[in-house]
Amino acid sequence: MEEEETRDYSEPCMQCCIINWGLTDEGKFYCKSCHNVIERTTEVLTSDVVPNTKIQSISKGLRKRKKIDKGWEWYVCEGFQCILKKQAEALQALGVSPQMKDEILCNFWRCYLQKSKQAYCSMPVTDNALISDIGTDVDSEPERISLHGFSSFSESDGDLQTESSFGRVSSIGKASATETTSVCSGSVDGGSYLLKRKKGDLKMSMPMTLSLCYLALLWLREPVTLSDLLRFVLDGHIPYLNAFQCFPEEMKLYGVDLKIFRVESWPVYEDVHKKMYELAAFLDLPCFPAITNSCFLHPNILCIKYLMEANLPDELHNWTCRVVKKINVGETDFLTLDPVNKSTRKVKYDVLAAALIIVVLKLLFLLDDQYEWLHASFARKRNQKNKEECPWFDFKKWYTIIKKSLDVEQKKLDEERARCLWKCEKPLFYSAKEKYIVLKRRQTVVNLQRQFGSLSGSMQVSEKQKPSSFQLNWAEENTDGICFHGHILEGILQEKDNSLTTTNTKYWLCTVKLCNEKICGHLTHYKESDFPQSYQFVLNLFSFLLRVPASLIHEEVCLIEHKLFKTKLRRR
Amino acid sequence: MDSFVEQLTRGAEEEFTEESAWDGSAVRIESSSLPAIHLPVLPRYLQHTTTGGRKATGFQETKTACFNYIHEALLENQWQRAAEFMTAYLETLESTSAEHRMAAPEVVWRIGAEILCHHSKSSIEEFNYFAERIKNVGVKNYLKVCLEHVFHLLCNGLIDDAYRNLSLAEGWRYGEQTAAHDKEMKLIQAYKGLLDYYNWSEKRKAMLELDDDDLAQFVEQEMHSFFRQAAVNFKEIIKIPGVWDPFVKCYVELLEFYEDYDEVRQVLSEYAYNSKFPSNPNAHVYLYQFLKRQGESKKTRIAVLKILHELVPSHELMLEYNAMLQKSKKRKKHRLGLQVIFTVLDFAGWKEHVKAWSCLAKQIKQILENSSKHLYWIMEEWNSRKDWWPAFHFSHHLAKINWQENESLACEKAFVAGILLGKDCKYFRYVSHQGHKAKKGRFQTMKKFVKKHSSSHLRASGVLDSCIHL
Repeated sequence: MEEEETRDYSEPCMQCCIINWGLTDEGKFYCKSCHNVIERTTEVLTSDVVPNTKIQSISKGLRKRKKIDKGWEWYVCEGFQCILKKQAEALQALGVSPQMKDEILCNFWRCYLQKSKQAYCSMPVTDNALISDIGTDVDSEPERISLHGFSSFSESDGDLQTESSFGRVSSIGKASATETTSVCSGSVDGGSYLLKRKKGDLKMSMPMTLSLCYLALLWLREPVTLSDLLRFVLDGHIPYLNAFQCFPEEMKLYGVDLKIFRVESWPVYEDVHKKMYELAAFLDLPCFPAITNSCFLHPNILCIKYLMEANLPDELHNWTCRVVKKINVGETDFLTLDPVNKSTRKVKYDVLAAALIIVVLKLLFLLDDQYEWLHASFARKRNQKNKEECPWFDFKKWYTIIKKSLDVEQKKLDEERARCLWKCEKPLFYSAKEKYIVLKRRQTVVNLQRQFGSLSGSMQVSEKQKPSSFQLNWAEENTDGICFHGHILEGILQEKDNSLTTTNTKYWLCTVKLCNEKICGHLTHYKESDFPQSYQFVLNLFSFLLRVPASLIHEEVCLIEHKLFKTKLRRR
Repeated sequence: MDSFVEQLTRGAEEEFTEESAWDGSAVRIESSSLPAIHLPVLPRYLQHTTTGGRKATGFQETKTACFNYIHEALLENQWQRAAEFMTAYLETLESTSAEHRMAAPEVVWRIGAEILCHHSKSSIEEFNYFAERIKNVGVKNYLKVCLEHVFHLLCNGLIDDAYRNLSLAEGWRYGEQTAAHDKEMKLIQAYKGLLDYYNWSEKRKAMLELDDDDLAQFVEQEMHSFFRQAAVNFKEIIKIPGVWDPFVKCYVELLEFYEDYDEVRQVLSEYAYNSKFPSNPNAHVYLYQFLKRQGESKKTRIAVLKILHELVPSHELMLEYNAMLQKSKKRKKHRLGLQVIFTVLDFAGWKEHVKAWSCLAKQIKQILENSSKHLYWIMEEWNSRKDWWPAFHFSHHLAKINWQENESLACEKAFVAGILLGKDCKYFRYVSHQGHKAKKGRFQTMKKFVKKHSSSHLRASGVLDSCIHL
């Protein structure tokens, strides 16, 4: 009623410039956003025949029906399929083989739907089970019961059609979506999706879409690490935040759907990694293609990449390879993902490679805040004397250069993160009741953003950086003594029995005893202040490169050390 | 709307009182009567200290970081940079956490206003635009933001705009919220009254310059309507306990202009003496000034100043109070006067006040000349000050400075010092020496007087000592 009356008056409000008119009880026009009452009144009320109360009740009834704005019937898994498709396309655009999308990911997804009994199976989730599971709101028990009634009614109607692409019976959806008075979700099964939690059931979530993508990448042995993938996500090269924007217009998203598709946090490395293994087990996947020493993910190759990125001498690679060999982390059995064999350790390829480099640095330079500086001053003097020869690696010089550029990059990254905009143009709202206020708020924010944007000068957001595997670049061309790749490890090595060993004969362990992962949740506990500054610095450097917490790399370092010194530790 | 910092501190206080309320009484309960302890559930992983509450989402984390950058930029006056981060920070208005969303408008308003006040490209139009948007973000903020917006307009001299905004705010209604904002509404109306008063006084000024009688009559009518509007609003706000100095002053001026003295008296007495109102020295000052204008008896005026003396012993009206007490015939009043002038000089702000010192000097002189019957008055006042006044008022350094800057001050002080500390004190010696060099006659008489009475100084302290010994 109200809407009908005010529709024709399309002048913006004098106070807030928004066209959103309502009627007061006296029939006067008022602005719904700033509550400014204007002179204009509606003519209908001049006839006093109809009492005011009646009009109100009628108008309420009308309003409600109008606002339930139904789009298509859709299922949560369809939403995820849509997102996965976009993510795969983005990966393909980044240079991943087209196989990934059309063959691998597609098959994994089908497999997921089948295993989770959503499609491709002789007995899809039964109607009854579904019915009892459909709830309007997670915490409204009575409504669920009433819904049960609705559903059984529709069942007896005999309106059984198999419209859904996943072989689902859609009548249930119709019943729950169209007949329910309070709208709870745009999707058909949004409510039930959050409700059911059977054992062994693995529900798709936003972080898990990335797990699935990474599984596909791993299957193809694509040269992308998980940290790379997450970095591309954070930098916006792969759809994740507000990924629901790719849904077709008719796929309405509200109510419980928000809990499923709205992203309020960035994906966490450990979380995605863990889910990846869970998913592989859930899908009953066979053993993945072997990761041999020619694969990108093999520690020997990844180490080269990280040595380059950390601007460390190439010669160190020799040493990482030795450590890899010694502790058997280069073995195909160890590296290849095999969901069948549950005893295999869950390898974090990127973290492992970074930790290997740190262990080697510890072996050579000790990193105890003394030895490395001592050697550095020695190397510096020597380099000054012999300028023609290949320079010795000077730890101090390396530290100063890396520290400087790391600080700059870190600051840039932090500011970029702080500037990140989370909300999309089309705001999400929980229910139709909220719609108006959410839209109004969005409009205000957009207006104010425009205002402050113009005040922040012409500093428009710079062009989206092109994605790269490397974050720090130490090209050998601009040699102002900045690139350390060619420096030699003279002075810390000595020849002994025809092989090079370190001059330094000492070593310190990060931890003597590893914790029980089941009790503590972690194998080690990293407290910065317990460790030498140079060790912290090296950890932070790789933490920046991989965008993972330093504690994660530290844990891997401890693990490697324990493998490396296994015999010596046992002898104690 | 309470800021969340306040809520935090309040929460902390509550916790504290709960803890401190614990006493040892519980220990005495016999162990047999103790029920078995029910252990709480352990977290999934040991050694993980879980910080209270839900973990902040990435959204909140980035917004907090953003806030910190803005904070930094504001401190360093980098308004452009602050505005740049502000565009990202504005999203907190859309936070999914209701708690954050509620707190956001005020934070955004404060930061935004700060940026817009200082940014070189900003203008009053920009500020108005911003204020209008923020007013409509949350109902709860509407009136507060309106009022602050008006202050901003007034600071920029846009009185008509401010008046228009106040009128608009006055007409604002929002269901049940209207009642909740009763006090804020009263404030809005009171400030509108203040602007009515301003218009009134402008008209009065204009009227005084007019020669045309007809026109003057017209202006007078206008004035009267302003008066009525202002008076209604002032009267309302003054009913609420609080400090309303600007409103009271203007109200009094209006009423006095229309010679409604009874109302003024009532308003001011209520303002000064109603125990529900917070203690407010100005209330007594206004009352005193009104009574003075009305030519009220000294007795009533002294009564008012007596309270003011208790509230603010260093108030500038204390000299007037002292003078009135001196003129009284009662000895008790004289003694009170001496106390008043001594107390005034306890305060650093009065240190170089010639009139105060000459008052004190005059009174001491009177007491000494009149017979030494009241000498103990001086001694009693001096007793509590003898430990610190010499360093505070009568140091050699001060003597030098006072002599250089203000000879008559040095002179009055030297007299007081000579009497209180004896003729050998540094201050007196320095000043009298300088005076002797300058060959000023009055020093001779002063010197003689002090020499004569410095013995009385000794005697007096002797008297006092014997008093203590008794």
